[in-house]
Amino acid sequence: MSTIDANAVNNIAHLARLAVDNKHIPDLARDLTNILDLVEQMNQIDTQGIEPQAHPLDAKQRLRNDEVTEINQRELFMSIAPETEAGLYLVPKVIDAE
Amino acid sequence: MSTEWEVVIGLEVHVQLNTQSKIFSGAATAYGADPNTQACAIDLGMPGVLPVLNKEAVRKATLFGLSVDAEIAKHSVFARKNYFYPDLPKGYQISQYELPIVGKGHLDIVTDNGIKRIGITRAHLEEDAGKSLHEDFHGMTGIDLNRAGTPLLEIVSEPDMRSAAEAVSYLKTLHNLVTHLGICDGNMQEGSFRCDANVSIRPKGQQEFGTRTETKNVNSFRFVERAINYEIERQISVLEQGGTIDQATLLYDAAKNETRPMRSKEEANDYRYFPDPDLLPLALDDEWIESVRDTLPELPHEKRDRYQQAFGLSEYDASVLVANKALAHYFESALDNTQAPAKLVTNWVMGDLSGALNKASLDISESPVSAEQLAGLLDRIHDDTISSKIAKTVFEAMWNGEGDANAIIAAKGLQQVTDTGAIETIIDDVMAANPTQLEQYRSGKDKLFGFFVGQVMKQTQGKANPQQVNDLLKKKLSS
Amino acid sequence: MHTKTLQALASALADKSVSSVELTEHFLKRCREHNDNLNSFITLTEETALAQAKAADDARAKGNAGPLTGIPFAQKDLFCTKGIKTTCASKMLDNFIAPYDATLVTKCQDAGLVSLGKTNMDEFAMGSSNENSHYGAVKNPWDTARVPGGSSGGSAAAVAARLVPAASGTDTGGSIRQPASFSGITGIKPTYGRVSRYGMIAFASSLDQGGVFTQTAEDAALLMNVIAGFDPKDSTSADVAVPDYAATLNDSLHGLKIGLPKEYFAEGLDSSIATIIENAAKTLEQQGASVTEISLPNTPSAIPVYYVIAPAECSSNLSRFDGVRYGYRCEAPNDLEDLYKRSRGEGFGAEVKRRIMIGTYALSAGYYDAYYLKAQQVRRMISNDFQQAFNDVDVILGPTCPTTAFKLGEKTTDPVSMYLNDIYTISTNLAGLPGMSIPAGFVDGMPVGMQLIGNHFSEAKLLNIGHQFQQVTDWHQQMPEGF
Repeated sequence: MSTIDANAVNNIAHLARLAVDNKHIPDLARDLTNILDLVEQMNQIDTQGIEPQAHPLDAKQRLRNDEVTEINQRELFMSIAPETEAGLYLVPKVIDAE
Repeated sequence: MSTEWEVVIGLEVHVQLNTQSKIFSGAATAYGADPNTQACAIDLGMPGVLPVLNKEAVRKATLFGLSVDAEIAKHSVFARKNYFYPDLPKGYQISQYELPIVGKGHLDIVTDNGIKRIGITRAHLEEDAGKSLHEDFHGMTGIDLNRAGTPLLEIVSEPDMRSAAEAVSYLKTLHNLVTHLGICDGNMQEGSFRCDANVSIRPKGQQEFGTRTETKNVNSFRFVERAINYEIERQISVLEQGGTIDQATLLYDAAKNETRPMRSKEEANDYRYFPDPDLLPLALDDEWIESVRDTLPELPHEKRDRYQQAFGLSEYDASVLVANKALAHYFESALDNTQAPAKLVTNWVMGDLSGALNKASLDISESPVSAEQLAGLLDRIHDDTISSKIAKTVFEAMWNGEGDANAIIAAKGLQQVTDTGAIETIIDDVMAANPTQLEQYRSGKDKLFGFFVGQVMKQTQGKANPQQVNDLLKKKLSS
Repeated sequence: MHTKTLQALASALADKSVSSVELTEHFLKRCREHNDNLNSFITLTEETALAQAKAADDARAKGNAGPLTGIPFAQKDLFCTKGIKTTCASKMLDNFIAPYDATLVTKCQDAGLVSLGKTNMDEFAMGSSNENSHYGAVKNPWDTARVPGGSSGGSAAAVAARLVPAASGTDTGGSIRQPASFSGITGIKPTYGRVSRYGMIAFASSLDQGGVFTQTAEDAALLMNVIAGFDPKDSTSADVAVPDYAATLNDSLHGLKIGLPKEYFAEGLDSSIATIIENAAKTLEQQGASVTEISLPNTPSAIPVYYVIAPAECSSNLSRFDGVRYGYRCEAPNDLEDLYKRSRGEGFGAEVKRRIMIGTYALSAGYYDAYYLKAQQVRRMISNDFQQAFNDVDVILGPTCPTTAFKLGEKTTDPVSMYLNDIYTISTNLAGLPGMSIPAGFVDGMPVGMQLIGNHFSEAKLLNIGHQFQQVTDWHQQMPEGF
């Protein structure tokens, strides 16, 4: 049985970039542990030699012809953006210049 | 006693495939457009959008795989690499992870010790990210997503290189190959061909590898060499002072010529790869793979062998010519258009032409003298219309845009005088004008033969065929 | 007028006894009257609806009308609608005006359907009660102290209360069939890949499928003719020919083989519901079908598997909501990390965050094999159970849900008890099979749905059975009081 403690909640929340209020951490830890308890019921199943199923239909990828079909819609897209300038999306300063 | 170190280098090269549209959307890939004008709803990761794979990206990856003699996977899978970064709109990059399209292959490179075979571990398709622009927007960073979704082929080498020079040779060979195949425009300044270098060192003779560092995004051959050499020196100095190398991701600062750790990558990343449920497994059958194989152009190493066998070029000459697709093409066009032998063509292409281009800092594709023009010049050398010496004058005139060889020769009256009668008349004149020297020569001063040759050539302004002048002079002087 | 089926309204429009504008005004009025009570719509688009209705009437006047031109419809607020707020019932998208139309929306428009608005739902389709909405819970028209089911609760409640003749929904683990069952209407989830997912805001990409809510199976068939079909914009869309779903509605059920999975009648099922389903099976037998017991032995694993796969996919699908290009951005972020964490922490509700965290955990280093890979393996075993069953029977019949609609607030404190409600619906999503819930009776005044599950691309057969059943029963004609 996996138990999610406060430390694990913080790690997961960081990976998922979710701010979590400290006062909610115990409840979250309990809920997540309960969900994992539920999930781990599948461990009773013997799956040796079973091929994983990623898609319900086991179909193959279709390929698209290499054609430009999209037009410039920057104005439309930027009209719903939180903060833009000079055609760019703005975010707080990124530290590493590549 | 100081340790002798062995350098171990493996390279990861991101090759932008030169498709018209993006790998998963129908947005244009052209470089240099206004920011975010080529980022469609799919590239922006709008809610509800879905990716559809570009056939041409798959074809180009297949072509590359076949060119390095690699196995093409009949079943490959696109995965999501999850991390947050503003230039990554979906919060994940679609990339091939466990099952890449191209498996193990190899590439031959030219080194100081001859030809060396470098292993290619794999090559996989993925999407490029956007760009962060760090000009100051009131303390903020601007994001341009035009590049997001551009198809990349990431080519991973085995850790087979043992010096920065070998690494550069590998990169140049690979760069030439992908441009030769026509799958990448090769423009390094625009980021079409980018390199990450994994560098480690170990005491010579030791089996296991040392701890490696990864230097990211070094975008010119010169900087790759410098960055690797810097990193080698740094690692040696750390180890020799009793320290240890930390596995790290580094950025090369070309201005300071140093590497430094990337701050954002300090924390170990957990990318949570899993198969992208929006894309199905890519299945390629033999028929498709063979149809791509049929379109393979002659490969550089095949071309090198052919040059050696068909034209009798040395391995060095042949390797230099094939190392640059445009140069090889120029060479072959010139050869096709001239009666002159391959050796003469090689000498001119690699000699006078390359020298002039170097001096003017021009690429072969920018040569003011076309292959056809050079061929015309070589024809005139070959049929003795002009001497090699005069040919240099004609070449210079062609370089300066004065027309093709025939026109220049005619306009400047540079054709060799081969009319025996005309040369004999000049010889008679020269002998008559120089009775003293004639006397001395005839009395045994053989060295004066050169004087007479010089005089005749002077009278003909260098246009007389030197061999003919020699023959006729010998006859006349001794008669 | 509003009690009429979509088919009857289409006939009325065709013989010009009513205009689309009249119909649209009538249904809009009902929406306005009852929305305060039911909360089934997030956005009513009255102006565009009337414009579409006018255009539909004009088209009909010119002889350009299709069979459904001018019929009022509603879209679950998870389908992108260009120029119209598309929220997914999340604070994260409260300000999101979609810049494009989902393929399903385009198809509905092309068919001349008039969209009255966007219906309420569980945030990002995560929930089984419609209580996880930023815009508040939806009430069940049969008893407004109860939930309508979820996640497509707004669409279900609107159709059940006859605020609109039909509405779209999406179903990732039962989100069409369960609310259809709770609300006493017909709901169909087609085969995975049958309806394009382009423009459907993704919850779990390998499970999500769009479908419809209607009063009858016949109406569902008419709408399937509109929404089904291959879409080159969706790599997972099936390039399989679409039949005329209305053409086979009247086929006889003689010789039809129906299987009742014994696992669907085991512990946990309300015994009154079991009786209702057994009676439904008898009705179908009387219509010529034969009924046998079958086994789907891996049924108990469906929920555990689902709560790995769906959260894993959602944790990644919802990463794009980062406060950079659209949607909610927190006030005055200190730095990039703060922008991400607070925008997402404040923009997402509790259940969405729980699932993102479960999915993130399941995919993280060291756990992938134990959770995700294992779940994918059990998923195949569940699929294989169905394929085994379809060797012997044509369709599978069972309850849609173990209970009738529960009370608002009854399960909100215990996520796991909420999850268990989807025990009979989840397997079909894992296997990509079509499933349909149709009204089959009542327990204590609350509707009960029966579920028909078919093999891939057998929607026409499900609709045929549903239609034949509705020829001899009137459960689907019952209406909640007060509407």
